[in-house]
Amino acid sequence: MEFFRIKKDIPFMRYALVFNIISLITFALAVIFLAIRGLHLSIEFTGGTVLEVAYDHPADVERIRGALTRQGFADPLVQNFGSASAVQIRLPLKEGQTTSQVSQAVMQALAQDDPSAKLRRVEYVGPQVGKELAEDGALALLLVVIGIVVYLAIRFEWRFSISAIIANLHDVVIILGFFALFQWEFSLPVLAAVLAVLGYSVNESVVVFDRVRETFRKKRGMSTPDVLNYAITSTISRTIITHLSTQMMVTSMLIFGGPALHYFALALTIGILFGIYSSVLVASPLVMWLGVSREQFVKPKKEQVDAVV
Amino acid sequence: MNRYPLWTYIIIALSLLLGTLYTLPNFFGEVPAVQVSSGKATVKVDTKVLSRIEDALKAAAINDDGVYQDLNSIRVRFGDTDTQLKAKDTIEKALNPDAADPSYVVALNLLSASPQWLTAIRALPMYLGLDLRGGVHFLLQVDMKGAITKRLDATAGDLRTLLRDKNIRHAGISREGQSVVVRFRDEETRGKARAIIADNQPDLALAEQGEGSELRLAGTLTPPAEKRIQEFALKQNITTLHNRINELGVAEPVIQQQGADRIVVQLPGVQDTAKAKDILGRTATLEIRMVDDSPGALAQAQLGPVPFGTELYVERGGAPLLVRKQVVLTGDRLTDAQPGFDPQTHEPAVHLTLDSAGARVFKDVTRENVGKRMAILLIEKGKGEVITAPVIRTEIGGGRVQISGRMTTTEATDVALLLRAGSLAAPMEIVEERTIGPSLGADNIKKGFNSTLWGFLVIAAFMSAYYMLFGIVSVIALASNLLLLVALLSLLQATLTLPGIAAIALTLGMAIDANVLINERVREELRNGATPQAAIHAGYERAFGTILDSNITTLIAGLALLVFGSGAVRGFAVVHCLGIMTSMFSSVVISRAMINLIYGTRRKLEGVSIGQVWKPGT
Repeated sequence: MEFFRIKKDIPFMRYALVFNIISLITFALAVIFLAIRGLHLSIEFTGGTVLEVAYDHPADVERIRGALTRQGFADPLVQNFGSASAVQIRLPLKEGQTTSQVSQAVMQALAQDDPSAKLRRVEYVGPQVGKELAEDGALALLLVVIGIVVYLAIRFEWRFSISAIIANLHDVVIILGFFALFQWEFSLPVLAAVLAVLGYSVNESVVVFDRVRETFRKKRGMSTPDVLNYAITSTISRTIITHLSTQMMVTSMLIFGGPALHYFALALTIGILFGIYSSVLVASPLVMWLGVSREQFVKPKKEQVDAVV
Repeated sequence: MNRYPLWTYIIIALSLLLGTLYTLPNFFGEVPAVQVSSGKATVKVDTKVLSRIEDALKAAAINDDGVYQDLNSIRVRFGDTDTQLKAKDTIEKALNPDAADPSYVVALNLLSASPQWLTAIRALPMYLGLDLRGGVHFLLQVDMKGAITKRLDATAGDLRTLLRDKNIRHAGISREGQSVVVRFRDEETRGKARAIIADNQPDLALAEQGEGSELRLAGTLTPPAEKRIQEFALKQNITTLHNRINELGVAEPVIQQQGADRIVVQLPGVQDTAKAKDILGRTATLEIRMVDDSPGALAQAQLGPVPFGTELYVERGGAPLLVRKQVVLTGDRLTDAQPGFDPQTHEPAVHLTLDSAGARVFKDVTRENVGKRMAILLIEKGKGEVITAPVIRTEIGGGRVQISGRMTTTEATDVALLLRAGSLAAPMEIVEERTIGPSLGADNIKKGFNSTLWGFLVIAAFMSAYYMLFGIVSVIALASNLLLLVALLSLLQATLTLPGIAAIALTLGMAIDANVLINERVREELRNGATPQAAIHAGYERAFGTILDSNITTLIAGLALLVFGSGAVRGFAVVHCLGIMTSMFSSVVISRAMINLIYGTRRKLEGVSIGQVWKPGT
């Protein structure tokens, strides 16, 4: 089997502007969605209580909401979770509520309404913890960005490291844009997925850049766009097969992983799909525009000068 | 050129052998067991307890499947849950004759069913997190300000006594916020007081404030003292929590410090959050009372009604004791308890430090009761236990009390611990709570396992179809990556959570990248007309640089998650980072070794099985 039968290098760089305009538009849309709708943060970040309750028959979400409101819980968010007979209840933080007596009170209210209600999971997060998690998440993102920029700058060239990080941060913003648009729940595992994608997509850029460097060193007389076209074309089969394999695993998580892994897998899916596009088709034009050239990789041989002491 | 030296094969074989060995325990499942651990700081689980358990089981004709003893507990395995429940009752009755006052925690637990020789080489199954096994998780925030104000209140009292003893007239001592303020009417007295306080209270940083007749001396805790108090408060709270959780009968509780001022409590298998919270929040107090030593009173109390105003207790060691109900001192007055030695007799002793008010009372009481005995009791849930009942030898002033006599060093340590642990040093608040039902935990394991399994199978099918023999080699390398990763997680006993399982799946999905890179590179070399042997060699050599770079960038992201992550993210990051490292080894070294074994020895190699190599123009 051979999927990729490419006779000539594909002139990716001729369409560089088009790719980047598409990117810019998606990026702008993602930012707009983030600004208007904001992220639907999980209680790990906002603080509050989440309960998962299982019934032995399909649950009536409206009735549960009613039962809770009658007991004095303001704005309970009740939705089906995983299956028809399980619900997830989210309660916002209330001032003055010392610890988590909430869970007991909720279960009492639900058991009165329907004795088959069974508690599967409770999570209570205080306001302080949530704020710290958000700060730590931002710090982790910053550390990843700095780490990757510095490493690539040392191993390759600063032009490569800047382009790679711009291309991949744009992926991160687009993932967040999707989460804002569809109001998917942004939880800690999703944050982990986003950062893992950042590291993973940079791989793509690294593979292409490695080829670019090798080509510059080996072949003389090729123009910079030609070198980039050649590098992308000769690695495209690997890029697509790798992403396909990773996506197989992630799809398996989407299908079998259940609700707990759903958004984690979803974030990875978006990251992988946009990762192919941005790390190859966005990062490479950026490198070109930043002025990469053969001289940066082929060091002129210095004449040895004997030191006289 | 495609040959590895023998030692490379030996290293690979060894690592795979060790990998298999340490992965094995995960396949044996678990058997029901009963775990016995100490319920009181003064009770040790030793070989004597072991023989008591064995005798009790033999007497009740219950067959066990093995008894294991480690530092803090004894575990007995049983064939089925019915025997386990029966055995638990039997052991409970044998070890804790007084059910209201248990000395041992007898809890149901699950133990790995792996054979003894595996356990002996410390090959244990992976340690599952709460989201996989079910249980409760609390994150408690220790109120450090509370600990410091408590200390400053005590210091204010100390200063009052100190200045009175030294005959220095002041216009009032009070705590204002985070400092203790002493007021004076004239400069000279303030100067004198300052010198004395500086000598006696090295923990205070003093500053002079005010002027005219409103002179003030403000003392704040020095940063090192503050730090010491906070560390002490945290340690003491953890000790107290340990003692309380012991009563819940949890097999493997986790009580750990997290950050500077937080404590994590994890109780696997516990479902009753209400009871757990009640026990965590309970307070225990210390009381000092006098012993009624009047002749005949004790004998009379043992026979008939206890005399009015006294209570009958059993001292540690078994001797009965008649204690007066009137409380001399409570634990609030105790600022510290440390084990040590009597400076004269060199016997083990416990040194107590009382605050100034407590010291004054203690001085008066000891002066009036020389030669008599006093009892130190720990009151929990309205029930008292005599920790020690020493004889008063002389009047004791200064708030420094030494309890000695008939104690071993361990006992002294235990008593000091118990005295300190009696109450919480600082108030605590639950800032995070998580309860996971056991069915949800099992469900999570199943889902995580299925995702990994199906993902792996699809990748394996695709790789074998697309790259033929090279694909099969890649799949075997990927499988050995999984084996090594699971072995490493089992060996390190890192906590495996659901995000951790997701990380295993994701790492496998990403690790195949290295083999795709290699295989594509080999194909490319073949396409450019290289001989098969040269293509294999160049493919592996050239791909390695790329693999290294891309793995390091992924590792940077993983490490950042590890450093800043907590809870779910950390569980993910640990597995992710370990997985990247094992994948480097398996996808480069192990796959190359297999290819070398298959093709490396053939002198005349016509072609390799790597799927179709399409050449332009054909």
